[in-house]
Amino acid sequence: MTSLILKNLTLPNGSGADIEIEKGRITKIGSVSGSGIDCAGLQALPGFVDAHTHLREPGFEASETILSGSRSAAAGGYTAVMAMANTSPVTDTAEVADFILDAGVRAGFVEVKPIGSVTKGLQGAELSDIQGLSESRSKVRMFSDDGVCVFDEDLMRQALVAVKAFNGVIAQHAQDPTMTVGAQMNAGALAAELGMAGWPAEAEESIIKRDAELAEQTGSRLHICHLTTAGAVEVVRWAKARGINITAEVTPHHLLLTEELVRGYDSVYKVNPPLRRLEDTLALREALLDGTIDVLGTDHAPHSREKKECEWQNAAFGMVGLEHAASVLQEVLIQSGASWERFANVLSVKPAQIAGLEHQGQLSVGSIANIALIDPTAKRVIERQTNSKSVNNPFAGITLPGRIVHTIFKGRFTLKNTQIQEQQ
Amino acid sequence: MRHLTSIRELTKDAAISLLDNAQQLSQVNDREVKKLPALRGKTVVNLFFENSTRTRISFEVAAKRLSADVINFSADSSSVSKGESLKDTAQTLEALGADAIVIRHPLSGAPKLLAEQDWISASVINAGDGSHEHPTQALLDALTIRQGFGLSQDLSGLKVLIVGDILHSRVARSNILLLNLLGATVTVAGPRTLIPVGIEQMGTTVNSSFEDALSAKPDVVMMLRVQKERMQGEFFSSTAAYSKAWSLEGDRLAMVGQDALILHPGPMNRGFEISSEAADDPRSQVLRQVSNGVAVRMAVLYRCLSGEQL
Ligand SMILES: [Zn+2]
Repeated sequence: MTSLILKNLTLPNGSGADIEIEKGRITKIGSVSGSGIDCAGLQALPGFVDAHTHLREPGFEASETILSGSRSAAAGGYTAVMAMANTSPVTDTAEVADFILDAGVRAGFVEVKPIGSVTKGLQGAELSDIQGLSESRSKVRMFSDDGVCVFDEDLMRQALVAVKAFNGVIAQHAQDPTMTVGAQMNAGALAAELGMAGWPAEAEESIIKRDAELAEQTGSRLHICHLTTAGAVEVVRWAKARGINITAEVTPHHLLLTEELVRGYDSVYKVNPPLRRLEDTLALREALLDGTIDVLGTDHAPHSREKKECEWQNAAFGMVGLEHAASVLQEVLIQSGASWERFANVLSVKPAQIAGLEHQGQLSVGSIANIALIDPTAKRVIERQTNSKSVNNPFAGITLPGRIVHTIFKGRFTLKNTQIQEQQ
Repeated sequence: MRHLTSIRELTKDAAISLLDNAQQLSQVNDREVKKLPALRGKTVVNLFFENSTRTRISFEVAAKRLSADVINFSADSSSVSKGESLKDTAQTLEALGADAIVIRHPLSGAPKLLAEQDWISASVINAGDGSHEHPTQALLDALTIRQGFGLSQDLSGLKVLIVGDILHSRVARSNILLLNLLGATVTVAGPRTLIPVGIEQMGTTVNSSFEDALSAKPDVVMMLRVQKERMQGEFFSSTAAYSKAWSLEGDRLAMVGQDALILHPGPMNRGFEISSEAADDPRSQVLRQVSNGVAVRMAVLYRCLSGEQL
């Protein structure tokens, strides 16, 4: 078997090198003799890991399938995605989890690992078969009711205890439902003017505070999905200072977009949690730079046209995100002077650790060859249509830095010279 | 100006020129009801997803006085109730020849969406959307205030008090924006639970006492129509309790300045948010508002459909 050699690339630490790949593993990093693919000017990074993807299958295949979502992920430089549990049926049993796992393998573009639901049917009333999910072929490690909050405090405590046995993690969608009845957008002056029910920051912050305390009491791992407010950042900062086992995520859209976009009532900007004020966006960026926020999670939430082409209040919440996430992160991190190592940590290393993915987030000799190669000098106008089945893309028309040139998953090109490579 | 979905779309000059235009038309309307040929051959559709006979008739009269053809399309007697989307409804109406769509919708933002998406090319005029805006109401109120004080330009120096359920009121929002644009000073007053958090940033002060607000001697007291069924339970202990604190009647009416104007967008709940005594007071502008409504809507329709002043 011939080896694959990537020539003249730049490693996350800034040094130049070649990478040799054999049988799906990295066999050499440094100077490799022989000809290969010229990667001069390209930044090599461990393949990206998204701990927050809605692949919509089973149940909502009109919006996305495991195959279409996997292709979109590969185009975005990802080699692993965590599939959220709000499918139909909900991923609350081993059968559903293993269906997703197998479909991901068949698609072959990225590692697709199912997230189990915390509660049965996402109903918030009784726990899912957490034990069974953890012992399934999928070996589920991350649990989340994302889309809705695990609001019952005692249930949340039980869930944290249940996942501790196998070093699992609960990923909380922090939203007090009693404070957000009918909520359409960020609460405040703009919601008042636009005549829509607001989503107060406290609805997010109070749940994070409560759950941080539960994590402290139980000693379990807690992950907070999509932080959106300056106050939420403060709560996480406080929890980390106390030594609580908490990690936090931010989405590309909350780093770059603000509630001002709601003025046109275009539901492409309707998302849960909502776009917030500029002050919040700036606080999130700062938190990502200083490490209070650990990871970028896309919350890739495709929706078919008919769920979006309607009045704001009748439209579904969510936006796609897999194919511009890296560019947004480059804009926010690299343009602010952070290193590519920090970039790799936020987009690969740390999400892999949180999700418990052993073969992701590494770029070292002996590791599985999951690699993304970016042209950081490129500028591109984001197109509305991506490899996703859905076009609810709020970044359409925006110019962002960086382009994913190659994605290598288990030693195979899934994206080569910006083109998706079908599986043989 | 192709659409009018929010007062935010108007400059001060554009607002004043619309008022000037409406002023001329209101004089014509006063003398004799005659048809102008201005919009002959144009079709105006009243697309009402929410019942409002008064507003619909006002737009209908306005369009007909400009010789436009008018189609009334009411959502409950159409395919909309069978689940047809706003996009399909609007495209269907345009295919039937609509040049302007006058839309009333229970959801905030529906007219804006229709104007800004590339679903149709017809003009979109907001006839009231959810608790967002009702721009032609604000324009007719401004015209009424201008006439009441014999003004010919803006409203600078005037103090306007808006009273009632601000939270759910599109009339209040459009008025706050337009009155600010025209240089007036705005105060809103109502029960705390019915004043949206952050409303000050639109350009108003907030007062939670009617008496206190009246003692500042406003030039205009604008009473909002209050939905009785909203005034109990969640927001207020009982309709009687609301009325006791927030109705314009008796001692409060006596506090209103002799030269001040009393406005109400109608239809009035006599004896609830406004007493008959106040409604029939010489300071009351209620009927003037109705006739000005036609003039303002003529000016808006003409401006949107021809791009010119009448
Ligand atoms: Zn979520």
